[in-house]
Amino acid sequence: MRRTGPAPAVGRMCAIWFATPGRGGTCGAMAPDGVHAEISLTVDGEDHRLTVDTRTTLLDALRERLGNASPKKGCDHGQCGACTVLLDGDRALSCLALAVAHDGAEVTTADGLAAGGLHPVQQAFLDRDAFQCGYCTPGQVCSAVGLLEEVRRGWPSHVTEDLTARPELTHDEVAERMSGNLCRCGAYAHIVPAVQQAGGVQA
Amino acid sequence: MKPFAFARPGDVAEAVRTVAAEPAAVFLGGGTNLVDLLKLGVARPDRVVDVRRLTSREITDTDDGGLRIGAAVTNSELAADPRVRERWPVLAQALLAGATGQLRNLATVGGNPLQRTRCVYFTDVSTPCNKREPGSGCSAVGGYTRYHAVLGVPAALPDASAPETCIATHPSDMAVALAVLDARVQVLGPGGARTIPFAELHRLPGDDPSRDTVLEHGELVTAIDLPPLPAGARSAYRKVRDRASYAFALVSVAAVVAGGEVRLALGGVAHRPWRATRAEEVLRGGPPTADAVRGAMAAELAAAQPQPGIDGGNGFKIPLVTRTVVATVRDLTSGVPA
Repeated sequence: MRRTGPAPAVGRMCAIWFATPGRGGTCGAMAPDGVHAEISLTVDGEDHRLTVDTRTTLLDALRERLGNASPKKGCDHGQCGACTVLLDGDRALSCLALAVAHDGAEVTTADGLAAGGLHPVQQAFLDRDAFQCGYCTPGQVCSAVGLLEEVRRGWPSHVTEDLTARPELTHDEVAERMSGNLCRCGAYAHIVPAVQQAGGVQA
Repeated sequence: MKPFAFARPGDVAEAVRTVAAEPAAVFLGGGTNLVDLLKLGVARPDRVVDVRRLTSREITDTDDGGLRIGAAVTNSELAADPRVRERWPVLAQALLAGATGQLRNLATVGGNPLQRTRCVYFTDVSTPCNKREPGSGCSAVGGYTRYHAVLGVPAALPDASAPETCIATHPSDMAVALAVLDARVQVLGPGGARTIPFAELHRLPGDDPSRDTVLEHGELVTAIDLPPLPAGARSAYRKVRDRASYAFALVSVAAVVAGGEVRLALGGVAHRPWRATRAEEVLRGGPPTADAVRGAMAAELAAAQPQPGIDGGNGFKIPLVTRTVVATVRDLTSGVPA
């Protein structure tokens, strides 16, 4: 476990308070100022303990405090999907998650997916030329990894004809399930086959 | 964003006491709407009380053959539940028609019905809005009304400067399905527990557009109960929107056909999920042919007030919602999968 900075001035004071023996041992503990809390996050396999302003989103905690610039800030309002990470195993928007509310969470970013060599989804994005500028790609990749797990579990989507049947990775299913990830370069035509390839579909 | 204190009490009773004790305290569930409203400056609480890990995340069978859905169950989990997919498809379809995978994984069943309107004037703090700032007026009247209400609004053209004016719509898809299914909302408040019929949870603007629901400050949704549908019932949700995915409804329809009974709820047309009781009444006692449904919808929409607007207004919703209901009932009665 390592402490990660830098923290803003008030945050540093709180960090001193939390470091005082007998205090702040419990993650999620509030600082005396009432608007800072100490939390723990496991990000891409590494444990972190940090003091955050209660307003800090998970996205800002990752990018600004932990130096993980893999999730991107696009709209910051949950509309573009660039900030998508795997939160306790499921894809989620880190811009709409308060870091303090996810104390103790396990977060995997696109960076972490490549820890042991490229993830099959990342390789498929390369094979299929599924990006241009790349800004949305880490979010697309995390979303696709989450999507494949949801399909593996048999979760239906809006376009699944028979709600009680196992969904298949058709073009329409992938397009619907990836609809929360915008790509302003318009690489969609290659993203769908990339996701299908990673999901084992011969396309 | 205005600074706020954060609390995660030990149990739901403590959470209720904490919020009840402070006028500017709010509950936090999945956060997909509240966190955005915090960023926009629309929500300005002093204290945020996290209940996501306090309420139940279980979906359990009830003695009457229904389900009790814990408030912390995510939209994804509920839509994927095999019982819901098989016996209440209207609910699974409504959930899957809303938002995106990475939002549904965060959003909770308790929080979804309590999300705020997406009226663009409500979310823009630089414009007057009676819902956000009571008494300031309504910017939607005569503005962009494509996503606004046609039912439950005054017969005369609403007065934009009146303190009671609001033509916002409720954005939830799930809520429209829960309205047609006669769900019940389990609530814990400072005065104890109570059960609210889902159709009575949301209110019309009345004289206080700032209040979306009948919940009192400090009341927490702990679970939603889903009663069983009659044997042989068929149900479906149909949503019409400006793009194929990830958009709020222009209009939507939740329908149940069971024996000779047709139940209908409409989304995107009113300040609350709109149970079409008048149409249901007209359809009672006769087969729901396309003509009969058209007639029933004409009765339901007799009091509708299409809103003019600089975008051409929302009069299109009258024929659109009529056609959508006709098509949905047709699919449910003709054996074609909805």
